[in-house]
Amino acid sequence: MSLPLGTTVRVSTRQHERHHRTPGYVKGRRGRIERAHGHFRNPETQAYGGDGLPEQELYLVSFDLPGGDRVLADVFEHWLEAAE
Amino acid sequence: MSHDHDHSHEPVTGAGEAPAAARVRALEELLVEKGVLEREDIRRRIDWLVSRTPADGARLVARAWADPAFKARLLADAREAAVEVGLDPGPSPVVVALENTEQVHHMVVCTLCSCYPKSLLGPPPDWYKSLPYRSRAVSDPRAVLDEFGVELGDEVEVRVVDSTANVRYLIVPRRPEGTGSLGEDELASIVTRDSMIGVALPAAPA
Repeated sequence: MSLPLGTTVRVSTRQHERHHRTPGYVKGRRGRIERAHGHFRNPETQAYGGDGLPEQELYLVSFDLPGGDRVLADVFEHWLEAAE
Repeated sequence: MSHDHDHSHEPVTGAGEAPAAARVRALEELLVEKGVLEREDIRRRIDWLVSRTPADGARLVARAWADPAFKARLLADAREAAVEVGLDPGPSPVVVALENTEQVHHMVVCTLCSCYPKSLLGPPPDWYKSLPYRSRAVSDPRAVLDEFGVELGDEVEVRVVDSTANVRYLIVPRRPEGTGSLGEDELASIVTRDSMIGVALPAAPA
């Protein structure tokens, strides 16, 4: 599955105690796909000596800030959910 | 000089080291002892890192300012563009260059650690790794920019880019007014490190 640019997504709020690269401040927030970076090994298993496979698609996702500014963060696809 | 006494020596590099440095050194000792790394690998990597400087990134920006076709290639694939001008884009798989314009101002942070385009800018400044910068850049970027002396009008959209994963970001700042007659080397000399992180604006030479 690949998400088209402009798609509205929500970042998962699921618990994940071990190493992962999804910052807490974006969890549960609605965002928009700005750019697709391609596939990369999954840091959540690679961090513990695993092979990081299957690779996950990495997206640059933008989140609104007050006043019309934005924060953009790279988020792996398995942290993104459909936003209604 | 004879060296047959039986006390142990402090390592030459270890005097007064911080706890984090001691931990890193202990890890290094273990990795070397277990044959995972050779001491020469570590030395080579450190030599590579300290040989990188913001002058490399500045060459890319200056070329982009001087040559619109090169700018298009830089924005499309910064890694390839770096190779094109003879720079070493380093081990990071993806480098993305983002252009600041009249409408949009990008600045870079790594809220999770200190990811930074080291191959093009050298080691990151200490403030980039500090908790205040990392936490405030994504919640109140205009206040952070203000502290760096950058004031932007409301018509400019601030985009804070958090490099949370495999991608390293390089900002192409706006070319200042009054630099039309400068050659590429002179242009490169006004492109500062902080302007390529997005927390400063280059100024024309006085």
